[in-house]
Amino acid sequence: MATLDLKTISKSFGEAKVLHDIDLAIRDKEFVVFVGPSGCGKSTLLRIIAGLEEATKGQIVIDGMDVSNAHPVERGISMVFQSYALYPHLSVYENIAFPLRVARLEKDDLDRRVRRAAEILQLTDKLMLRPGQLSGGQRQRVAIGRSIVREPKIFLFDEPLSNLDAALRGDMRVELSQLHKNLDATMVYVTHDQVEAMTMADRIVVLNGGRVEQFGSPMELYHHPNNKFVAGFIGQPNMNFVPAKVKAISAKGLTVVLDAGPTMVLPVETEGVAVGDAVEVGIRPEDVAAGDTLDVEIRVLERLGGIAIAYGKLACGTNFCASLDGDTAVAEGTTIKLAVAPADAHVFDAAGRVLRRRAAPALVA
Amino acid sequence: MSPALQGLTTIAVGVGGCVAYFYFSNVILDRVIYPPRGPNAGRNINRAGQIRPWLFLLPALVALGLYLAYPVFETLRLSLTERVPVLGQPGKFRYVWVGLDNYRQMTSEAKFWEAMRNNMMWLFVVPAAATAFGLLAAQLTDRIRWGTIAKSLIFMPMAISFVGAAVIFKLVYEMRGADQEQIGVLNAIWLQFDGGFGSVLVLKIIPVIILLAFGGIVSWVGWLVLRPLLAARRARGIWGYVLRPAVAIFAVWMLWLSLQSVVGLWRFELAYGTPQAWISLPFWNNFFLMVVLIWIQTGFAMVILSAAIRGIPEDTIEAAIVDGANPFQIFFQIKVPQIAGTIVVVWTTITITVLKVFDIVFAMTNGQWQTQVLSNYMYEKLFVTADWGVGSASAMVIMILVSPILVWNVINARKEMR
Repeated sequence: MATLDLKTISKSFGEAKVLHDIDLAIRDKEFVVFVGPSGCGKSTLLRIIAGLEEATKGQIVIDGMDVSNAHPVERGISMVFQSYALYPHLSVYENIAFPLRVARLEKDDLDRRVRRAAEILQLTDKLMLRPGQLSGGQRQRVAIGRSIVREPKIFLFDEPLSNLDAALRGDMRVELSQLHKNLDATMVYVTHDQVEAMTMADRIVVLNGGRVEQFGSPMELYHHPNNKFVAGFIGQPNMNFVPAKVKAISAKGLTVVLDAGPTMVLPVETEGVAVGDAVEVGIRPEDVAAGDTLDVEIRVLERLGGIAIAYGKLACGTNFCASLDGDTAVAEGTTIKLAVAPADAHVFDAAGRVLRRRAAPALVA
Repeated sequence: MSPALQGLTTIAVGVGGCVAYFYFSNVILDRVIYPPRGPNAGRNINRAGQIRPWLFLLPALVALGLYLAYPVFETLRLSLTERVPVLGQPGKFRYVWVGLDNYRQMTSEAKFWEAMRNNMMWLFVVPAAATAFGLLAAQLTDRIRWGTIAKSLIFMPMAISFVGAAVIFKLVYEMRGADQEQIGVLNAIWLQFDGGFGSVLVLKIIPVIILLAFGGIVSWVGWLVLRPLLAARRARGIWGYVLRPAVAIFAVWMLWLSLQSVVGLWRFELAYGTPQAWISLPFWNNFFLMVVLIWIQTGFAMVILSAAIRGIPEDTIEAAIVDGANPFQIFFQIKVPQIAGTIVVVWTTITITVLKVFDIVFAMTNGQWQTQVLSNYMYEKLFVTADWGVGSASAMVIMILVSPILVWNVINARKEMR
C-alpha cells in the first residue's frame, strides 16, 4: 500500500540545475521506470526519493505523508544499487539480515524473514557464502533479498541489471517482473535501457535534461510520443526522422513533400502548422514495407535471423533504417524501394512537438 | 679532494657501477653464456630467462645477507660466548664458549625484567592508542572542509626524529621549583587543579570511567574469542584450542589489572599544588614516554587508514544508510570491517617500531626511574658496560619477540596488496 507523489522537485548542484520542477504521481503497486540518456537526472531523482540526496525544492509524499526531510529508513523505502553494494565482509545471510539487525529485530523473526527472502530468490544454499564467491546474478539477487526483508512500502532500483551480461539480464528482467507481481509492491526502477523500460514498466517516465518528457504506459509512449525525443528514445531500432515541407493542409490531414522527393498525405491533427513549414516525418523501421515511395540506398545489412535491419540513406542524404524480413534478398550497396502506411507515420513540427495522429492502434493494457 | 667532490664521486661510481653491473651481466648472459642462436636457441632463451631474475636480485641478496643475515648469526654466536682479553696484548680478545650463561645472567638481573615488563606495556598501549587515534583522525578529517590542514598537522610529527620529539616532550614535562614559574606545560596545567570538584572529576572520575571501559572492552573481546569454543562448533586446530584460551586468559588478566588500577587510583592521594617531576614518577613515567611515540605514530596510522577509508566503496555506505544504520553502526559494522586488513598492517607495523624503541627512552630517561626498555638495555650492555655476551643475548630476545609479528605483518601486507 504505497503511493508516491513528487511535487515540484528541483535539484541544483551549485550553479548547475539538474532537475526542473518534477511532478509525478505514482500509484500503489505500480512498476514505474525512469528512463533517459546519461546525465538526464534519473539517478539523482531516485536518490532524492531514497533520501540519499536532498531536493533543493519540492516535496516527496509517500502514502499522503510528507517525508521530504525524513531519514531513508523512516520513508519505508529500500534500494538496490547498480553495483549491488553488498557488504563484502558479511555472509549472504548477514547481508540480507543487516537491515533487520540494525532494526533490532528478534532473532527468530529475523531468521524466518531472511530464510523466506532467500527462498523467494533461490539463495537458500548460498546463505553461508561471502559475496565474493557469488556470480553477478547471484549477487544481484542478494542485493534484492536485502531490500525485500524489511518489507518496505516502495522499492527503488538504480540500474540494477547494467552490470550483468546480456543473457542474464534477460532472465533477471523476467524475475524482477515476477517479483513485482509476488510482492505486490510499488517499485521505481531507473535504467538507461529502453528495452528494460518497455518490458517491465507499468508506466514509463522519460527524462531528458532534468525534465519529464512524457509519463505514460509503454505502448502509449510507443504509439503517441509527445515529442521527437520520446519518439527517438523509445523503440528499437530508433525511429527515422525524415525532413519534409508542409504542402497543404486539408480535412484529411497534412500533405507533406519529403526532401527525398515523394509526397505523402498524413492523417494527423494540423493545429499549429502552416503551409510551407519545415516538419519532420517520423517513421519506425518496423513500419516500413516494400513499396514504391522511398528510395533507400542500403549501406549495411544486419541479419538477426527473424528480421534483417538495413541501414542506408535516402536521396536527400538522411540516414534511414528499415526492418526487413530476415530472408530478404536485398544486397548491400543496392537501392531498394520501400513504403510506409501514412497512418503509421508520426509528424513533428520544427520545435520537435508531435502532431497528434488521428488513426492509431488501440492501446493494449 | 673536497668532501663535496668525494660525495659526488661516490654517487657517480655507485650509480654507474649498478648500471654497469645490470647492463653487462645481462649482456654476458645473453651473448656469451646462453646465446639465442645455434641448434639450442629456444632452450637457451628459456634458461637465460630463468637466470635473469637471480642476476638482478644478486646485489640486493648479497647486501641483505651481509648486513642482515650474517649479523643475526654473529649475534647468536656472541650471545653464547664470552669475550676474554688476551693477556699482554691490549685490544685482542678470545671468544670462549659459555653456553647459555649469558642468558642466565641476563634473566637474573632485575633491570632485564623491568625492561621486559615495560616493553610489554609499550607493546599494548602504543600500537592500540596510535591506531585508535589514527582511525579517529582519519574518519573525522575525511568529513570536514579543513580536514586536509588537520591531517597535515597530525602528520607533521612523523617528520620529527625520535630524539627531537623526546626533547620537545622533555620540555613539556619540565619541572621548576614551586616558587618559580613553570615552563613545562604539564606542570602548568597540574597546578590549576586544587582538589575541588573539577579536579576529582578530571583526575579520578574520568580516568576510572576510561579504565572501566577498557576492562569492559577487553572482556568483550575475550568473550568473542572464546565463544566459538564454548559453542562446541567444529574444531579449528591449534588456533582454536591454544590461542583462543590464551587470548581469553590474557583478557581476564587485563581486566584484573584495570580493576586493580581503578581501586589504586581511587585511593591514591594526589599531591595538589606541588609541581611534579613527571619523568621520574615510577610506573606513570612509562606512559609519559609512550605519549611521545603515540604522538609520532598517530600521523602514520592516520595517513594509511585514511587512504583505506577512501577506498571503501561509497555504495556500501549508502546501502547501509538506506538499510537504517546509524553513523556508529556504519563506522563499526561497515567501514572498520572493510579496512580490517589495513588496521592489522598498521597495528603490526607500529608494534615492530615499538619493540625496537630506543631513542625516546635513551634521550628522556636513559632507563632510569624504572623506564628501561629492551633496546636501551641492549645498548647499555653492548656499548656502555661492553658486555658483549649479555648485550647480544638481549638482542636475540628482541629479535625473537619481533619475528612472529614481522611475519604476520608481511603476510597481512601481502594480502592487502592483492
